[in-house]
Amino acid sequence: MVILFGIPFVQVLLFGFAITNDLKNAPVAILDMSKDVVTRNITRKLVSSGYFLLEKNLQANDEIERVLKQGTIKMVVVFESGFARKLQKEGKAHIQLILDASEPNTASMIKAYAEGIINGYSFEMLAKKGNIPLQINVRSKMLYNPELKSVYMFVPGVITFILMLISVMMTSVSIAREKETGTLEALLVSPLKPAQIVVGKVIPYIILSFINLLTILGLAKFVFSMPVNGSYLLLLSESVLFIIMSLSLGILISTISKTQQQAMLTSMFGLLLPTILLSGFIFPVENMPVVLQYLSHLMPGKWFIIIIKNVMLKGVGIEYFWKETLIIFLISLFFIVVSIRKFKIRLE
Amino acid sequence: MKTVLYILQKEFIQVFRDKALLPMILIVPVMQLLVLSYAATFEIKMVRLVAVDFDKSGVSHRIIDRFNGSPFYKLAAQTANYAEAEDLLKKDKADQIIVIPEYFSKSLTNEKRAEIQLVTNAINGSAASLMNSYALNIIMTFNKDIIVKTNPLKGRGLPVEVRPRFRYNPELDYKTYMVPGILVLLVTIIGMILTSMNIVKEKEVGTIEQLNVAPINRFHFIAGKLIPFWIIAMFDLLLGLAVARFAFSISIEGSVFLLLGVASVYLVVVLSFGLFVSTFTETMQQAMFVSYFFLVIFILLSGLFTPIESMPRWAQYLDYLNPLAYFIKINRMIMLKGSSFSDFQEQFYSLAVYAAVMLSFATFRHRKTV
Repeated sequence: MVILFGIPFVQVLLFGFAITNDLKNAPVAILDMSKDVVTRNITRKLVSSGYFLLEKNLQANDEIERVLKQGTIKMVVVFESGFARKLQKEGKAHIQLILDASEPNTASMIKAYAEGIINGYSFEMLAKKGNIPLQINVRSKMLYNPELKSVYMFVPGVITFILMLISVMMTSVSIAREKETGTLEALLVSPLKPAQIVVGKVIPYIILSFINLLTILGLAKFVFSMPVNGSYLLLLSESVLFIIMSLSLGILISTISKTQQQAMLTSMFGLLLPTILLSGFIFPVENMPVVLQYLSHLMPGKWFIIIIKNVMLKGVGIEYFWKETLIIFLISLFFIVVSIRKFKIRLE
Repeated sequence: MKTVLYILQKEFIQVFRDKALLPMILIVPVMQLLVLSYAATFEIKMVRLVAVDFDKSGVSHRIIDRFNGSPFYKLAAQTANYAEAEDLLKKDKADQIIVIPEYFSKSLTNEKRAEIQLVTNAINGSAASLMNSYALNIIMTFNKDIIVKTNPLKGRGLPVEVRPRFRYNPELDYKTYMVPGILVLLVTIIGMILTSMNIVKEKEVGTIEQLNVAPINRFHFIAGKLIPFWIIAMFDLLLGLAVARFAFSISIEGSVFLLLGVASVYLVVVLSFGLFVSTFTETMQQAMFVSYFFLVIFILLSGLFTPIESMPRWAQYLDYLNPLAYFIKINRMIMLKGSSFSDFQEQFYSLAVYAAVMLSFATFRHRKTV
């Protein structure tokens, strides 16, 4: 029980605070072979930008490989020897940026920031000489999430994930458990109708899922001050639809599998991992290969995430996502019909 | 020793008897590695751009052409109406808007400076900052090019030239980065779930009592429970490495034996953790949720998806207790950079201590009495 409520709590907090891709204080090393005023100025500019943290001053070329292999340093900035002199005489000098690109995105972001800072220095230099260069300034505006908080991205995902986890995994395992221990037969021979049994099994989980949903929304609102721009009523009713969908999927899994372990592994591997990865929870679907994009259409979670984002962040009404709602509705109808069929067969 | 062998025999019979479990152990991880590695990508290849060009000059056309020519961008629409562009963003038909204001080219020639506005859908904050840096890069390059053209000292360009070099993954392929991490993840999930279910299953079915009355001491018991899954997980790891080699052509830069050596210690941590969970839970459902709870925390903080360096301090401290973080880091170092033992010995020693601690937890938590 503790864990049931603990999981969403910890997950939202972790996602909210710990999971970010923002670049700040990336550890860098500098190999300054000329140690003059200009290189020191550029170094100061890089460090004072807040993106980089000067971790080490290297002395020789062969140290570069070693620090990169140890893994903490993300970039080595190499100033060529006689930097200021060359700049004065030939009007040109170069800086080499050696990046640990085993993580490609951080590498390309670090490169973009570092290059921007160094170019800024070049502009200043040219301007001082009275040779004002053409300069295009860029003003960036981040829509819907101006502070680039990752909570905005993750809360819809976590809601989907938790609802699925509880509804699908819990129901499938608990029904499979009754099968394994034999108590299901006792229920079946009782005067209850199969539909009544199923409804009775399912209602506690609906309540549980709903409490969890409210917990997560509360956390999002009060801890991370994430707004709900659209209508609460719409959000909650869409969630109920999604919960019903997940429960019917859980019942379906439990009717197929014979043991708890099977039910568990099916829902874990067949469902949870694909949901995390293919629903646009963490990774944007548009960038995946086409085959996977088609596969992602089969993930009910994907449609629900789209709906939540629309309601919570963009604050639009149902006219923007009636299609997604319809899809979830049809999927749940499908699951319910199939599991009723399967359930009757087991009765005979 | 002989007792351990008997327990081993029993465990393997149980595993191979379960027809559903076997494909779970063998086929599912391979499939997942294949699918997930393609899915788990933060690469942004096709940013759908809306160009709002109020200037309609030669320069503004050239800038938009630059975006259109970039492999990262696709021009989704071109309009002279900003509200229309923002509506496209809202309907999720576009990701980014570039606004080139009126008199852009005039102010560039007259005042030598001009401004462009970029509007990015930032619901996914990390994707937004990546898209923003792509756009900045394109505009920066364009800016440098026009400086070279207009500079009185022909062909000079900017005085300080930047030469970037991307080591270990020059094509900036995100799969290369993810495959070693996902491999660790899958082996961990399999190992942890199988072991955490194991003892508690015997408890639920009641066979634990037969084991309790059998002449086995707790060391034999834990060894017999650990070794089969160690072999299975190791096998999965090798399978995964083969998939990485042949399907993704990621060869191991460093030593394979070093990797397997670290893995064997790591697996002891994970499997003992699973057994430990199994000893103190009463039902399989409980065991599943406890192990799931820890797995989620381990995975999220492991640096698999998001770099550990960007996490807050307290999360980084928590990672000292996260076996997954150690092994993902080491695995990436060995596979991608060819690091040697001395490069990560501190992490390895921590793993070894962790293994010893977890193993003794599992051993001494096990009670023969009901």
